[in-house]
Amino acid sequence: MEQYEPDSLSAAQLAAMRRSLTNGRGALTRRSLLRASGVGALTVGGLASLSACGIPPAKREGEGPASTDYSAREKQLNFSNWTQYIDISDDEKHRPTLEAFTKRTGIQVKYTEDINDNVEFFGKIKPQLAAGQDTGRDLICVTDWLAARIIRLGWAQKLDPANLPHAYANLSAQFRRPDWDPGRAHSYPWTGISTVIAYNTKATGGRKVDSVTQLLDDPKLKGRVAFLSEMRDSVGMTLLDMGKDPGTFTDADFDAAVGRLQKGVATQQIRRFTGNDYTGDLNKGDLAACLAWAGDVIQLQADNPDIQFAIPAAGYITSSDNLLVPAKARHKTNAEKLIDYYYELPVAARLAAYINYVCPVEGVREELARIDPALASNTLILPDKAMAAKSRAFRSLSSEEETAYEEKFAKLIGA
Amino acid sequence: MTATLTAAEKTAAEPVVRTTATRKRLVPYWLLLPGVLWLLVFFALPMVYQASTSVQTGSLERGFEVTWHFSTYWEALADYWPQFVRSLLYAGTATVLCLILGYPLAYLIAFKAGRWRNLLLVLVIAPFFTSFLIRTLAWKTILADGGAVVGALDALRVLDVTTALGWTQGDRLLATPLAVVCGLTYNFLPFMILPLYTSLERIDGRLHEAAKDLYASPATTFRKVTFPLSMPGVVSGTLLTFIPASGDYVNAELLGSTDTKMVGNVIQSQFLRVLDYPTAAALSFILMAIVLIMVTVYIRRAGTEDLV
Repeated sequence: MEQYEPDSLSAAQLAAMRRSLTNGRGALTRRSLLRASGVGALTVGGLASLSACGIPPAKREGEGPASTDYSAREKQLNFSNWTQYIDISDDEKHRPTLEAFTKRTGIQVKYTEDINDNVEFFGKIKPQLAAGQDTGRDLICVTDWLAARIIRLGWAQKLDPANLPHAYANLSAQFRRPDWDPGRAHSYPWTGISTVIAYNTKATGGRKVDSVTQLLDDPKLKGRVAFLSEMRDSVGMTLLDMGKDPGTFTDADFDAAVGRLQKGVATQQIRRFTGNDYTGDLNKGDLAACLAWAGDVIQLQADNPDIQFAIPAAGYITSSDNLLVPAKARHKTNAEKLIDYYYELPVAARLAAYINYVCPVEGVREELARIDPALASNTLILPDKAMAAKSRAFRSLSSEEETAYEEKFAKLIGA
Repeated sequence: MTATLTAAEKTAAEPVVRTTATRKRLVPYWLLLPGVLWLLVFFALPMVYQASTSVQTGSLERGFEVTWHFSTYWEALADYWPQFVRSLLYAGTATVLCLILGYPLAYLIAFKAGRWRNLLLVLVIAPFFTSFLIRTLAWKTILADGGAVVGALDALRVLDVTTALGWTQGDRLLATPLAVVCGLTYNFLPFMILPLYTSLERIDGRLHEAAKDLYASPATTFRKVTFPLSMPGVVSGTLLTFIPASGDYVNAELLGSTDTKMVGNVIQSQFLRVLDYPTAAALSFILMAIVLIMVTVYIRRAGTEDLV
């Protein structure tokens, strides 16, 4: 007991200490501690596992997604978007279009770049939405299939057309009638996305790569081809290449397309399935050719003249990232005002000029030409008739189909 | 003597003694309370919740109900055993590599570094100042197809050997098992070095002198004195490396390919992509069980009670 400095402790304290450490039922031995915590854990565990009655259905019946709108009283808006998906000033301190919106309407926008991945973002907001709670977000931006799921589950608020005059008038015909949100009752596109083939001429030795068949079969590209880990892009492009329409395909078509990709994996033609990180690999030349999102390609081309893209003759997949107002959001009207604002032609042009994705706004060409004539004639930003004719959307899937297809695709990509 | 102690005296003294004794007895538990609560909320409850999830069936739309569907475990194992084997293999290889690389370094820092000791320790920890993701992405540049590493290994014909062994494919390192193992080894190396260092540093230098006096060669000294005394460090280092490495999915995702996916990738994909929560939960429990069994056997074998 030397380490307790016996001089400074009273005899009673010492005795108590010795007693608690060494003898009697009060002694905290390892055994008694383990026993006590073991019994505790078992009781708690047993009770909890008995009372755990599963996860309730995600779809909320009875109560609608609508909530009290505090827009008039609280001039605020919480907007969650993807990273690098809005215009910023040269010194990277301002977001010009967003600040102009605040100036005009007095609505303070809290803009958060917290979406990196659709599946992860769904995992993040699901608990609150499933429990019928406010996610703290008034406006979110998600890709078609996730928007479809959120609407299907009744987790998106119906938009009021009266607040959306510009959006209603200026939305491109191509985006007007998705089968998962007829008439755009719940959603408006932020941007359109074209999935094309990109290649690095340095790595291909100057060859052009312009079809999925070539990606899968050209021996010169072996081990330097990537597909996207988004099922709808990779399978959709393969379906198109096989002469099937991704808007109407059957289970057998899906299996055939996955089978074709599987062969590419087995022969090591396909190097990997990538998310956004294909851009770095393509830029370095580790990837010779891959499926790519057009907006990324334009941004890559600005720095690297070797990057080229091709629209396959068989067609290409289009999708969009859509603005939704999640259930229980506090500022729906403010959110609608913002959506409408971004459908005003000058604002839409500034956004498109900055982020280079497909602009879903009709009649923006003149405004865009005023900013940069080259952008206005770029068919990846404003698709011309010939290009629009080749675009196809992946059809929306039922919950069962989605699970079954995602499972097959997960097996294909190794996990 | 006991007979002379009257009954009155006894009853008078006892209540006081009992209350102080009870209080004293409870003190350690009160002190443990915050930790126990923490464990309950952040470990025990999630575990119970996951255990419950793993025996449920259903879908996102219809909800999930506990149906005691234990065959999920069997199906998960049957479907994904290659990923389990791969995880253990990669994590095991990375652990051995960490030990081989880390031991000499820890030895150097503990015994030979002199005044450089603190600087070297800081350098060991330095990678932690950047994020795990950035460090792993850096390896994509290091191992790039046109990079110096691939060029050198190719010129030395090393890649021919590794390709024959199935560790690499053709003349590239990225998107191969070897790249994943390299990433794992690099990322978990400090977790091996630090416990090794603490164990080695504690060894009394006079023991080495004594061994020398008794005519032990340096090799014998290491075998009979240094290594046995560093066993706590070896055991805790291997555990700290192997356990997180076997559940890692970042390295396999960024440096690997379809045929290098580990069980962590499967769990992530089942949870987020397929939305099959029961299978994901079952996979987590199977991994936990496998690791727990392996670790128990290992600790029994290694026979080290006083882990650092």
